[in-house]
Amino acid sequence: MSTPDELYYTNDHEWVRIESDSATVGITDFAQDQLGGLVFVNLPAPGEGFVAGEVFGEVESVKSVSELLAPLAGEVTEVNAELEGAPETINNDPYGAGWIIKIKLSDPAQVGDLLDADAYASVIA
Amino acid sequence: MSDFCRDQGPRPTLYESSRPGARCLRPPACDSAGISAAALFGAYARTSPPALPQVSELEIMRHYDHLARMNFGVDTGSYPLGSCTMKYNPRINEVAARLPGFAQLHPAQPDSTVQGALRLMYELQEDLAAASGLPGVSLQPAAGAHGEYTALMVFRAALTATGNPRKKVILPDTAHGTNPASVAMAGYDVVTVPSTEGGLVDMEALRAALDKDTAAFMLTNPNTVGIFDPQILEITRAVHEVGAFAYCDGANLNAILGITRPGDLGFDALHINLHKTFSTPHGGGGPGAGPLCVSAALAPYLPGPVAARNSEGTYERMTPSASIGRVRAALGNFAVFVRAYTYIKALGAEGLKGVAEQAVLSANYLRVCLQDSFPVAYDRICMHEFVLSGARLKAETGVSTLDIAKRLLDYGFHPPTIYFPLIVNEAMMFEPTETEPLAALDALADALKTMAEEAKTDPELLKSAPHTTPVRRLDEAQAARNPNLRVVHRFCS
Amino acid sequence: MNYIPITTDEREEMLARIGVATIEDLFCDVPAEARLNGGLDIEAGLEEMQVAARLDALARANRSAADLVCFAGGGSYDHYQPAFIDNILQRPEFFTAYTPYQPEVSQGTLQAIYEFQTGICELSGLGVANASMYDGASALAEAALMACRIKRGRSRVLVAGSIGPEKIETLRTYAQAGAFTAEVISEDAYTCNSDLVRDALRDDVAALCLPYPNYYGIVEDIAPLIAAAQEAGALVILDCNPLLLSVLKSPGDLDADIATGEAQCLGNALSFGGPGLGFFACTEALMRQIPGRLVGKTVDISGHDAYVLTLATREQHIRREKATSNICSNHALNALAAGAYLAAAGPEGLAQIALAACAKARRLHDALIATGRFRDPCPGAVFGYEFVLEWCGPGPLEQAYDALIKAGILPGIRTGVAGLLIAVTEKRSDQEIDAFVREVSSYV
Repeated sequence: MSTPDELYYTNDHEWVRIESDSATVGITDFAQDQLGGLVFVNLPAPGEGFVAGEVFGEVESVKSVSELLAPLAGEVTEVNAELEGAPETINNDPYGAGWIIKIKLSDPAQVGDLLDADAYASVIA
Repeated sequence: MSDFCRDQGPRPTLYESSRPGARCLRPPACDSAGISAAALFGAYARTSPPALPQVSELEIMRHYDHLARMNFGVDTGSYPLGSCTMKYNPRINEVAARLPGFAQLHPAQPDSTVQGALRLMYELQEDLAAASGLPGVSLQPAAGAHGEYTALMVFRAALTATGNPRKKVILPDTAHGTNPASVAMAGYDVVTVPSTEGGLVDMEALRAALDKDTAAFMLTNPNTVGIFDPQILEITRAVHEVGAFAYCDGANLNAILGITRPGDLGFDALHINLHKTFSTPHGGGGPGAGPLCVSAALAPYLPGPVAARNSEGTYERMTPSASIGRVRAALGNFAVFVRAYTYIKALGAEGLKGVAEQAVLSANYLRVCLQDSFPVAYDRICMHEFVLSGARLKAETGVSTLDIAKRLLDYGFHPPTIYFPLIVNEAMMFEPTETEPLAALDALADALKTMAEEAKTDPELLKSAPHTTPVRRLDEAQAARNPNLRVVHRFCS
Repeated sequence: MNYIPITTDEREEMLARIGVATIEDLFCDVPAEARLNGGLDIEAGLEEMQVAARLDALARANRSAADLVCFAGGGSYDHYQPAFIDNILQRPEFFTAYTPYQPEVSQGTLQAIYEFQTGICELSGLGVANASMYDGASALAEAALMACRIKRGRSRVLVAGSIGPEKIETLRTYAQAGAFTAEVISEDAYTCNSDLVRDALRDDVAALCLPYPNYYGIVEDIAPLIAAAQEAGALVILDCNPLLLSVLKSPGDLDADIATGEAQCLGNALSFGGPGLGFFACTEALMRQIPGRLVGKTVDISGHDAYVLTLATREQHIRREKATSNICSNHALNALAAGAYLAAAGPEGLAQIALAACAKARRLHDALIATGRFRDPCPGAVFGYEFVLEWCGPGPLEQAYDALIKAGILPGIRTGVAGLLIAVTEKRSDQEIDAFVREVSSYV
């Protein structure tokens, strides 16, 4: 399972790419593999705010539903609308075209609470 | 399975084979012909007809004959689907339900004209009370989940009468999905407690969760791993100590008929799946019936009307004094009651006890026959069902429980319940029921043994199974990504 | 009688294989103090011939529609059930099968339900229909719950009182759980007061439930109310008679969001009111909030068409307490019958059946008024094949009703003090209608 070094991770199998005060969020290669073919993604609306750990959406496979938890507090600035018609993009390219939302961080210091690639790799080992 | 063959897969729907002008059912010509929708309904008249099929009766019969031949029922072969009690559906039950004196009754007929039907319902209530040890019975709920929901609403009403409906309902992690869903519909919060390593209720966790906010504890007993929880009296006592109700999900009642009664175990309420324990057919998903049995204290809250016998010995509809109200129209799934009643009259007290004895004996026999091929999740005496784990086989060969289930179809068996309960990895839950012949149990055991070997020598054979069914494995992801839920003829909003 | 195939010798063989001496040993986990020692208090079993005689006697203790001519409706209708339907229902491959969770050996049930869904979509004019609900009343209650999920923060559900007493009562029961409040407008009136509905429509209303036609048979002028509800941001739920949807403008064309109703009228037996057949349809936009099972079309790995239960993540076995409903068993076999009925009737036949019933209803309506013993409480109302009249003949209605029963006529459903709700299906002959009128005229 790939765990790119430049990303941060959560114990709930999400990845976060930090660019100044904004973060791009998706689910990890491990997560997509465990879930199997995704069939639906329930996305928030841009402008919605979440605290860290709050449910911001869901991904569904044929026989499972998984909640997506906001890794960091902030406001959704953009959602990956491509996923609505092609949720399998997450399976095919979890760290690239399969990104899920972008957040404007309300407390960038929370980044310190995330896992680095090595720490996450040991979570899924 | 010899009578299934690949070229018998789905064929065009009747909607697609429709031909303008082909016809079947018509009403007799009537005097007032010439009347039109426009004349009757004005602005509310339909202007374009619904695109329903236009076909002849023979085409319909051939269509449904073809569809029937693509289906697997209890009459087709062994159906060891755990927690579903796929026993034989006696044909006398079907004949009885179709008697004009039952099938052609209107629910609004006065009681005086339906004395036989009300008497049947009354006696069925009495027999279900006798079997459950719970004297209050309402036949109204239409299915097991509906019975659960009704029970929770009865608890809510009884608790509200004491001033506080309370907030939460506790379930073990082995519960059927309908339990938490019913709890949510009844307006309660779900609290899940883990099971012990032996598959039983964790008393410590239960006691920690029980408090004055607890409205009820719901338990399937025997539970969904096929074990009768020997702590049951302690469990129901603990539930009552905080003023909560103990609810028994009756899905597994088949195992204890005539042996013990949920009422004697301290339960306050129980739903009974007539389509499991009392042999009424599952119908490809229904209709069933989920009568609710409750303690005397809860009986006033039951949904009505129920059947009652008055002092003159005649039967009447009666709504309990503090009824929560209806949970549906009419009196319940009456045609299902007729079948269950017929079954109870045929078997009688001894026969019903014999059902539980043989169901438990057959399950234990199958468990012992299979334990060399697959590890039993809880290796002990079971009740009417047991759970195997395919985890070891998957680790060794890559062949999953799903693959095993699909390969069983090639051997002519319906698969067991799979991936339930959730606490067992790669679970396969077998419930042979009392009506399966010994030769069929042996054949099932042989098939699983052979498959365990096949998994080692030719895993692809299982991963690509089934090979002999009307269709092969389906692209379920495609079905969910781009739902196609009807034949599209024209624009519907 | 029993249905156990295991012989005594086989039992011994099985016990030996398990390694226990007696069957009793298998029940070791049941606490001794809770054991049932005296046996069940249920009468001894009978042989099949005796059971058949017992059931036959009970059935004969009823007066069925075979000898009590049925003019009652209220959701259960005595339509003609074509002979072939019961022949299909008796195919054991259909009726002894479980829920089609193993699609490779359940294509029959699955395709039949897919066709049923198609038929309900065609009648309702809505894009999605589920595999069935228990009955019309519980389907309506589920629709109210669905509307509250969709319209988060809104919890008032307005209900036209003319939707009928059993549906109102069912909604009120479901409302006790707190997800919504059921506000019944114009209860006990034959039609709903539009002004009261408009006054009640505010931004906290999740749904407006309207009957089409109503319990009293009347097609009310619902279009303006639908528009008003939508303006207030509420969903519109129409409770429909699906047979009449062959001749009535569809709920989709009326801009309803959800259509529910009792579909026993489509080829299913009366059976004392159960099992009925709840249908449930909604717009495609609401698809992911619909309760119950859905069958979808897909392909198998060989690329052949095939059917499967789909969008199951809405359901209780996956989403558990967050499911769109707790429903598991539904009324699949009744839906199969309805699907076959719709195919047999077709668009033209179904409309002819509906119109024949409407024509006969008018004939009886006018003839009963002409006796001078009934008055029409809603003169000029647009009705289908059911209507309400009020008794103005000699004595109380109760006595006249009993006299009609004695004469072999089930004259309808009593409503209020003097009201009689009368349904006339296509099955009622001119002779039966004339006999009803004659009995009313000659009643003293």
